Amino acid sequence: MTDVTPALTPPSSLRLTPAFIIGATLVSLHVVIGVSTLFWTPYDPTAMTGGRLAAPSLAHWAGTDRLGRDLFTEIMVGARIALAVGVGAVAIAAAIGVTIGLLAAFASRTVDDVLAATLDILIAFPTLLLAMLIVAASDGASLGTAILAIGIAASSIVARLTRILARRVLAMDYITAARVSGTGWLGIVRIHVLPNIWPTLVVNLALQFGLAVIAEASLSYLGLGAPPPNASWGRLLQEAQATVYTAPFGAIAPGIALVSLVIGLNLFADGLRDVADPTRRRR
Amino acid sequence: MADLLHIENLTIRHAGLPLVSSVSLSLAPGERVGLIGESGSGKSLTALAAIGLLPEGMTASGSILLAGQQVVGAADRDIVGLRGTTVATIFQEPLTALDPLMRIGDQIAEVLRRRARRDGRPVSRAGIANEVAALMARVALPDPARLARAYPHEMSGGQRQRAAIAMALACRPSLLIADEPTTALDVTTQAEVLKLLEALVREENMALLFISHDLPVVGSAVDRVLVLRAGELVEQGPIGEVFGRPRHPYTQGLVEAARAFDRAIGAAL
Repeated sequence: MTDVTPALTPPSSLRLTPAFIIGATLVSLHVVIGVSTLFWTPYDPTAMTGGRLAAPSLAHWAGTDRLGRDLFTEIMVGARIALAVGVGAVAIAAAIGVTIGLLAAFASRTVDDVLAATLDILIAFPTLLLAMLIVAASDGASLGTAILAIGIAASSIVARLTRILARRVLAMDYITAARVSGTGWLGIVRIHVLPNIWPTLVVNLALQFGLAVIAEASLSYLGLGAPPPNASWGRLLQEAQATVYTAPFGAIAPGIALVSLVIGLNLFADGLRDVADPTRRRR
Repeated sequence: MADLLHIENLTIRHAGLPLVSSVSLSLAPGERVGLIGESGSGKSLTALAAIGLLPEGMTASGSILLAGQQVVGAADRDIVGLRGTTVATIFQEPLTALDPLMRIGDQIAEVLRRRARRDGRPVSRAGIANEVAALMARVALPDPARLARAYPHEMSGGQRQRAAIAMALACRPSLLIADEPTTALDVTTQAEVLKLLEALVREENMALLFISHDLPVVGSAVDRVLVLRAGELVEQGPIGEVFGRPRHPYTQGLVEAARAFDRAIGAAL
């Protein structure tokens, strides 16, 4: 026998980079805080609990806002809103984007061209403009319209990526082999295409999650996101804007929360690739 | 005796340009036929057309009867069933012929499960696992229990090609299409894989359509050979006749080139 088998690595040899650990820690911190607000917050998020625009203290870790509400409580609730929007928007983006991307990849040349051109136009469309259109078309701004707008905007990017990735997979011999052995389209998608595009796709979805969090903050900042009294970080930033010279911490605190979650998501996304792709595990 | 594969006047066009013109060939059950020619002569296209998998933008005309069913112009769903039971293919590059993110055992099991469902046989996890192990032993993969859990990138080229052969066998096809199955392998592995293929084709009584540009390889694997050049069939006949007394100048050139190569190697040794 001339064949030589390279040693098989046990799956335990997963390489966890420091960046991934930091990212995962930041993200889980936000998740824990966000989920915990469902059961407990230091103060009632809508109650006036102290002096207006108070500086950070032991009683109010991030101070109070212009109505005397506890800012730390509001930021905790904001984490929940940010994560809810991220999860919702990414779920919508994945559902629409992956479906359209796969259809385009399998479609005939003409259908694919039409879909690709439509996607390019959608991608050129600013998310905020799309969100305003959706808000204008519905009864008014709400958490739901924000999720829908961000999800639809992101879905065109996911669709384009899915289409490219799936095309590359479909050109491989193992797809032809599967077709020769009588696998139908759905089987090929389920068995070969999705598992092979998943590692790259999941990284992109994690990045989209971060972008969705920023987009939600921008929408609420403009008053197009969740209406008051929902304590979205974007709304907190917008409210702190007027008093940023007298009470800077009102803007700094939600800013730190927003940036730390987005950085955490991006670091997490990078590390995720190594975990999701078995061919990258051996180093 | 009905032919397993009967191609008549097959012409394949791309953007009006003929890539393969009026090729006819037939394969009886259990027969081993070689298709030779230089790169771009239309060997692989002919094979792809035979199973209705021409790349988009190419059109076939003429007649292709696969197990009695017309493939030219047939809807995909009408031939999907035919493909799974009648034909299997082995490709040149085993690395791209295996799903990189699926364990070898799972890939073989997938084909077995599909075949079992098609036959209406009950599918049990243990039964499939046994069949996978048997197939892997059949293609002489060492340590099947361990390799079944390996990903393609963790195997050698020869092992990958053996795994690909195991997947083809899992279909239990009556026709095996081997598209340059040994070209990507080194010479020693080439000889082993070739020997294995030959033995399997004989034992399973499969018909073999062997595509290659390597004359000695074809010579050892088939009974009858067809020579393609620029999409046209220039010569065909029993292997000894075509290689021994080639009639067409192109075939004479091919055979002479192979001989010259042999002599050069002989002189170097």
